[in-house]
Amino acid sequence: MKKKTFRRILSLTKPYGGLVLCNLLCAAITVAAGLLIPIFCGNAIDAMIGAGRVELPTVLRAITWIAFVTLISAVAQKLMALSGNRITYSVCRNLRDRISEKMHKLPVAYSDTHSVGDTVSRTVSDVDTFADGLLMGFTQLFSACLTIGAVLGVMLYLNPVIALVVIVLTPMSILVARFIATRTHRHFVAQAKVRGEETGLVSEMIEGARVIKAFGHEEESLAAFDEVNGRLADASMKATFFSSLVNPSTRVVNNLVYAAVALICALYAGNGGISIGELSVFLSYASQYAKPFNEISSVITELQNAFACASRAFEFLDAEEEVADPENASAPEKRGEVVLKNVSFRYTPERPLIEDLSLTVSPGQRIAIVGPTGCGKTTLINLLMRFYDVTGGSISVDGVDIRDMNRHELRSRYGMVLQDTWLKEGTVRDNIAYGKPDATEEEIIAAAKRAHAHSFIRRLPKGYDTKVVENGSNFSAGQRQLLCIARAMLALAPMLILDEATSSIDTRTELKIQDAFNTMMQGRTSFIVAHRLSTVKEADLILVMKDGHVIEKGNHEELLKENGFYAMLYNSQFSAV
Amino acid sequence: MGHLLSYLKKYKKETVIAPLFKMLEACFDLLVPLIVADIVDNGIGRGENGYILRRFALLVGMAILGLSCTVVAQYFSARAAIGTATGLRHNLLAKIGVLSFTELDTIGTSTLVTRMTSDVTQVQNGINLFLRLFLRSPFIVFGAMVMAFIIDAKIALIFVGVILVLFLIVFGMMAVTKPRYKRVQNALDAVTGEVRENLGGVRVIRAFGREEMQREEFCEANSRLYRAQMKVGRLASLLNPLTYLVINTAIILILWLGSARVEGGVLLSGDIIALINYVSQILVELVKLANTVITLGKASASISRIEEVLATESSIRFGTESADREGSEALRFENVSLRYHGAGDESLSNISFSVLRGETVGIIGGTGSGKSSLVHLIPRFYDATAGEVFLMGKPIRALSREAILSSVAIVDQRPRLFSGTIRENLLWGKETATDEELWQALEIAQAADFVREKPEGLNARVSAGGSNFSGGQRQRLTIARAVVSQADILILDDSMSALDFATDAALRRALRTLPSHMTVFIVSQRTGSIAYADRILVLEDGELVGNGKHDELLTSSPVYREIYESQFKKEGEA
Repeated sequence: MKKKTFRRILSLTKPYGGLVLCNLLCAAITVAAGLLIPIFCGNAIDAMIGAGRVELPTVLRAITWIAFVTLISAVAQKLMALSGNRITYSVCRNLRDRISEKMHKLPVAYSDTHSVGDTVSRTVSDVDTFADGLLMGFTQLFSACLTIGAVLGVMLYLNPVIALVVIVLTPMSILVARFIATRTHRHFVAQAKVRGEETGLVSEMIEGARVIKAFGHEEESLAAFDEVNGRLADASMKATFFSSLVNPSTRVVNNLVYAAVALICALYAGNGGISIGELSVFLSYASQYAKPFNEISSVITELQNAFACASRAFEFLDAEEEVADPENASAPEKRGEVVLKNVSFRYTPERPLIEDLSLTVSPGQRIAIVGPTGCGKTTLINLLMRFYDVTGGSISVDGVDIRDMNRHELRSRYGMVLQDTWLKEGTVRDNIAYGKPDATEEEIIAAAKRAHAHSFIRRLPKGYDTKVVENGSNFSAGQRQLLCIARAMLALAPMLILDEATSSIDTRTELKIQDAFNTMMQGRTSFIVAHRLSTVKEADLILVMKDGHVIEKGNHEELLKENGFYAMLYNSQFSAV
Repeated sequence: MGHLLSYLKKYKKETVIAPLFKMLEACFDLLVPLIVADIVDNGIGRGENGYILRRFALLVGMAILGLSCTVVAQYFSARAAIGTATGLRHNLLAKIGVLSFTELDTIGTSTLVTRMTSDVTQVQNGINLFLRLFLRSPFIVFGAMVMAFIIDAKIALIFVGVILVLFLIVFGMMAVTKPRYKRVQNALDAVTGEVRENLGGVRVIRAFGREEMQREEFCEANSRLYRAQMKVGRLASLLNPLTYLVINTAIILILWLGSARVEGGVLLSGDIIALINYVSQILVELVKLANTVITLGKASASISRIEEVLATESSIRFGTESADREGSEALRFENVSLRYHGAGDESLSNISFSVLRGETVGIIGGTGSGKSSLVHLIPRFYDATAGEVFLMGKPIRALSREAILSSVAIVDQRPRLFSGTIRENLLWGKETATDEELWQALEIAQAADFVREKPEGLNARVSAGGSNFSGGQRQRLTIARAVVSQADILILDDSMSALDFATDAALRRALRTLPSHMTVFIVSQRTGSIAYADRILVLEDGELVGNGKHDELLTSSPVYREIYESQFKKEGEA
């Protein structure tokens, strides 16, 4: 699993192979410069033996070298940062573009079963963490390993005994860090758990603040909150305190190593084993040698995190796609005939929802679907639009099985207004013209007028140019629905689907819109889902659904005469107790 | 930053101890190069191994002392930071409890949640870092400079220059990149927005076949993000090379000038090593300082967001009087108008009516006609901006909070339950209610059947927001919760919309079995639901355009008749 993720990450960076190479090369130069400069410093210091015994030419030569190496390294650092940025952000962008492409290929079921928040975090924050952690982590890891290797080499070359002391002592800081980290881990887990619990409680209490007030429940709520808040304080205290010991502890180990090196060097230097300049090299290397070890442990956590994020993003890219459109799809002449043959459907294998439903709708017919909540009305619409595929039987439009058609071709035959009034971020005009982007201003206004939306749009601060914010939350539910109706009225299709299209509109406006709908439905095959029965009376055929079955079928009068479920529903609406 | 300090008042001891011990540790850090120089110059110079060993022991001892100082500092800073954060969260929630609906509307729900969670965490991190590093880093930087002066005043001038230049680079870079990072954040928000839109609108997008356009829009937002990131990245990539250049220039200068000083016999080679060590320490600390400043910047932004909430004053002050349960009048509006905070137009204008105890009152009107606004005045969720509301015979502003709570129970349009059990939720209405009373309320609310079907009965779990119940079940449970309270006035604000007609009718029948002194308000869009009421209030654009019984209104109120006919006339002909 990990290996596969790794290979995919590599394939993402492939187009930037040159940049990666450049990045690594610059990293190597930087590391080399970091190691060379202490040596030059050491040379210079060795040339300063004492008063009146300074070899100025040696010092000057060392200084020139330092300046030269510094310049090269500065350029390399700049290039390293630039190439790193380009790789990171490009990979990020490409990954997000692929995710966006993927989004439109996933079955609607994916959106229905996954929370928006989860997908957003996969596509936005996970991709970010992945790019940051992984690509930066790679450079760091590379530099760290390089540093360790090079420092080891130089130290062994200078003095194997002192080098051995450094090699043996340095990893102690990692051991100490690991020791503390593994012991603090459970505190972090505990903190995350309690924090999650508290966030849940906070959202619940704030969202329900009105109810809390209405029932005067403030003190009780605060007390319940304080209990969790206290537990969070405990958990945070432990996690924060213990984890904050990692850095000082590794630092103290490093300081001890440093002191040990100083001691041994000093003893050696006293015997003339190494020069004072070499001693300064060792001291500076001892601290340089320890640093990458500390870095490696944090880089590894970061890389693990990045891997986890990458695999979450890949999981999204790997989600099963919709069945592709057929190669030689047919596009029959648009008449508006719909035939359902023994259709059955279930969202989950163990729970059948629609079973053995057959229905022939001739062009221009008006079909109403009624029934209690959860009876399968909206599911039927999902099947007609091919948001879901039937699990048994078939649906055909104008004589062709809809699975043999392009989805675009099929959906372009329907105009629809759904219960869920989704609006796009943009202007009111953009939203009405959503289904027909080339519509003229006159057409847009005409559609708005027919949907009885014109009068309220006109009164908006910027009329048709008023911004619709995310989810249209700056409009009331009724207004949103009117805009959706206008949208459908502008992009007139040969067939219509109205799924609870007027549920949020007051009855008087509804009555007016009903007229517009009636005109719209003239000669168009229409499917109407409604719970207000007054809106379905004029349908040619009413399907009464219950638990996924059509239990009654006929026009209004026939169904009333039957005196069954429909009659009961219909009459209950007028019983004034 | 000033705010930050004011929150630490409660943690005076911690606030003093933490930085103090941090600085002690810094002192030990600062002494290390000096001791090493001493070893080089005196120990090696004279070849005294005993001296070298004693110095080594000193280094070890200082390392351990330094560690103990840090442990003390970390402990106290964590205590101050977490204590403050815990207190802030408590204060925020307590404040939310006090604020009236007007203020809650203005602030908004989702931002309150963010402020209570991530903003408080930012503050906690800020305080923790502040106490640990904000004094330590400048201390080390200037301490290193002082040490340099002790070694050699002339060379120490290099330090002054280096520190100045580095400060300029680090803080200049922060100033330049800050607005650009903000732009990146905004571009990221736009990408998030696109993702949300594509997911939320999947049906509409596909129905209209606009996948390609949505994709293009996404790519555009994504490219904008890329460009913003590259722009700021190009600037930020200068930071490392620049500081590197400055530090190495300093080293070159130290070596160059130092060699002359050694030649002149003013300095020893060990001193040069010490000076170079101090330069490196300065660099490390400056980088830390820059990070600290960034974290503190975030924390102080969060603090001001939190303070905004804490500084908000509730616009409603309750009185002290108790309700008068002897009188015959339950509610009276006298020329009441309501204009929401920041709204242009009045939502209710000049409304007068009165309701007797025991009456059933229907309220009807189109979308946005002011039905909910009107009933929200009864439990004093809002104050009338003109006119006066009398509840149970007294001006509502004179009544105590308890008096209002015991007089009015309201069921909101959106049914909201809380995590816990069914029983716990119902007891919100009245803490001392017996099981018998709870079942009675459930019967009235038509909820008894489905609660009885649960194996755990009243102890059945309710998950957050009641998400494990259907919309209709939630509505019935919230109605039951209000019925349990046995308040004098029960308000149902369009709270039966998810019920089918049969259940709706049964519920209305059951409501009539309530004790005769109870006043019931029913807000509805359906004339059928309120036709039987003792009094019907008809609202249109915030004005009261009808007040009477069904039959009277049919003749006297054109609006009522229109609403009625839109629902019934055609059926009448059928």
